[in-house]
Amino acid sequence: MEEKTLKALAKGESGIVKRVTGDGKLRRRLFDMGITPGAEVCLRKVAPLGDPIEITVRGYELSLRKSEAELVILQSIG
Amino acid sequence: MKFALAGNPNCGKTTLFNALTGATAHVGNWPGVTVDKRTGVYKKLPEKVDIIDLPGIYSLSPYTPEEIVSRNFLLDENPDCIINIVDATNLERNLYLTTQILELDVPVVVALNMTDILQAEGGRVDEALLRQKLGVPVVSISALKSRGIVELTEAAYRAAQSPRVGATVVDGELLQAVRSAEETYRGHGVGNALFHAVKAVEGDSLERETHAEVCAALDTVKATIDTGIFEGDFEGVVADIRYRYIDKELKSALVRKKRADGALGKSDKIDKVLTHRIWGIPIFLLIMFAVFHLTFSENFLYLGWLIPDSFDVPIIGSSAINSPGVMLFNAMVWLTDTLGGAIGGVMPEGTWYTGLICDGLLEGLFSVLGFIPQILCLFLWLSILEDSGYMARVAFIMDRAFRKFGLSGKAFMPLIMCFGCAVPGIMATRTLENEPERRRTVMLAPFFSCGAKLPIWAAFGGVFAQAFTGMNAEVVVYSMYVLGIAIAILASLLLKLTIVKGETPPFIMELPAYHAPRAKNIAVRLWEKLKHYCFRAATVIAGAIVVIWFLSNFSFTFRYVPDDSGMSMLGMIGKGLSWLFVPLGFGMGENGWKFVVAAFTGLIAKEMVVATMGTFAGMDGDEALETDGAELADTALGAMMLSIGGVLGGFSAAVPAMFAFMAFNLLSVPCMAAVAAAGGELNSKRKLWTAIGFWMLTAYLTALIVFWYGMLCVACWWAAMLVGIAVAGGIATLAVLKAKGLLAFGKKRAPGQGDAA
Repeated sequence: MEEKTLKALAKGESGIVKRVTGDGKLRRRLFDMGITPGAEVCLRKVAPLGDPIEITVRGYELSLRKSEAELVILQSIG
Repeated sequence: MKFALAGNPNCGKTTLFNALTGATAHVGNWPGVTVDKRTGVYKKLPEKVDIIDLPGIYSLSPYTPEEIVSRNFLLDENPDCIINIVDATNLERNLYLTTQILELDVPVVVALNMTDILQAEGGRVDEALLRQKLGVPVVSISALKSRGIVELTEAAYRAAQSPRVGATVVDGELLQAVRSAEETYRGHGVGNALFHAVKAVEGDSLERETHAEVCAALDTVKATIDTGIFEGDFEGVVADIRYRYIDKELKSALVRKKRADGALGKSDKIDKVLTHRIWGIPIFLLIMFAVFHLTFSENFLYLGWLIPDSFDVPIIGSSAINSPGVMLFNAMVWLTDTLGGAIGGVMPEGTWYTGLICDGLLEGLFSVLGFIPQILCLFLWLSILEDSGYMARVAFIMDRAFRKFGLSGKAFMPLIMCFGCAVPGIMATRTLENEPERRRTVMLAPFFSCGAKLPIWAAFGGVFAQAFTGMNAEVVVYSMYVLGIAIAILASLLLKLTIVKGETPPFIMELPAYHAPRAKNIAVRLWEKLKHYCFRAATVIAGAIVVIWFLSNFSFTFRYVPDDSGMSMLGMIGKGLSWLFVPLGFGMGENGWKFVVAAFTGLIAKEMVVATMGTFAGMDGDEALETDGAELADTALGAMMLSIGGVLGGFSAAVPAMFAFMAFNLLSVPCMAAVAAAGGELNSKRKLWTAIGFWMLTAYLTALIVFWYGMLCVACWWAAMLVGIAVAGGIATLAVLKAKGLLAFGKKRAPGQGDAA
């Protein structure tokens, strides 16, 4: 089964981060912003043109593109 | 003694800086780049203390320029104490930076900001618990209301009296590696050993450069450590440890009132409307329109139809009410005119120094200073939007559209500002963190038709409208704006593929909570802009005006020739250079050199283009064109056009040349003030000259195409149409091919990044 990424969340849906892929700089940036394994993320909103998206993580709002959200792999539920 | 202020972006650092340094704030003189650290003095302690405001950062990693500046400052400049500002409403992420700062062997005081906002939301922070866990003083403050400032500085002063040894939250197997590296660094006599040791274990690129041997030695130890899901990414492991520590040990210090499920805070409610999937973009366009309307409209709220045509009050408006921006502009013009008239009245007539001071310096300076009210007005609205948190949402809304042209949503604001004036627009690129994107944005800035160019379009529009039925002034003006945008889009794509390479930067941006704009913040920002603009006017522009005046009023034999511009140095130079512009049409004929000179003075400031043409008309007594009620500049323009038309065969043949002239003015170096601003932002002579060359080349080539395509239109309209259709078809085919992935230029890099190209 394919792993679920942050990009695949539906609006209003939450998930727990399992791991973060991608190259060093981008990955580090995502870590620095609090998207680390175990963190809860919730998809809040999608921009009018369909990209980027807005999520809640560690109690604040963060905006990132779908191409970046794709790097964040979530724990599969169930 | 010096204290450094460090903290996340948007945590109230600058507000604290202003509260600490007050009126004595010495704001650094535009050092350019993202490297924007500022120094001020705090005087209420037994010793005078320098306060250094470091750029806002999320981490001390070596990936963004701000992070490197902050890191280097903290490591190399030995501050006596670091005041770490922590936003209490966003505790978890803010403490992440704190765990890194604590690794330095420097006294630290944590300033817990925005506790009042947290309280209003029904939450609070257990200060005592934080103090105990972090092992450093924690002081609650409200930077905005200047509360807790004295306690904070006293705590920092006390802390600075005794040395502190760094502490880390790294644990387990990794801690052993850290300790052994720390030992090595200490042996080498390196300061802040623990900080370096942690970075060496993380294996960050900056540490690898500066301490290669230590990092290499560590690699063998690290190879034995199982990093699980991180697959050998030690930066990830350490980041994870920090957040886990915060989660486990520090998070309990924050007591937050649980919001009922589904209930929305005020910020959420506002956001729901402003970033709505359907209404988000229309609302944004409406807000932008309102901003420009308030600043530039001469028919405020479109109430003109209510007002009788006979209504004509200076400053307020004629047969309509002006917008606040235009009223202020008119008031400023009235002021400078009165002042100029008064000074002119007491000066002896006909001497060279009267000419220099009145016609040259004052007139030139006043035309530049006249724009101050409108620039401040525009900045006022934009600052309000920015301070409220809306601008971050604009970037969110517009990112997708901008990405297509190699820019991110963050570039939108600076470019929009350029319609008003390229100088603030270029300065606003400082908010862009990605260097290639910043450079691209600065290089595109002049293509957006600014307020100073408008008189040129209006002058030509007037002549065309009078000379040809069916052509009106609005179309001419509008076409210039559209041409500018079209060229900017093409240029952005071109730059991305050539001079300023680099992928579209990632877009990972915090969206701050909305709050009511604060008058104090906005006033400070406007004041800084005003100071900067006046400084430029008094130095660069005044200097340029004096030089231009001298060149256009003296011959090479240093004879004063105010009545025969053709004999002046500028005239001779213009005649000498006009052959360069013969291919563009406007360099032709006996009057072609005047256009050339006007275009060149336009490089100093675009206001000077129309002024120069008017001067030539006044000087040489050109035959006025037979038109009714046309302005002096317009008729002189008509006469000058006639001479070019004479060469090309008919007055209408001069039109393509005039469009080429406008295109050249639209796209060439906008003004010396913008060049100075670009120099400050690019922070490199080479990059500045590249930008200048790029502008001139774009201007020349576009004008060339405009002229020859225009000539084709005049000579043979159906052939021109065919060429137009062919070019449009070609571009459309390329776009379709690219969309289908059949064309791969600029897409060679990592897969998965493809859709960003």
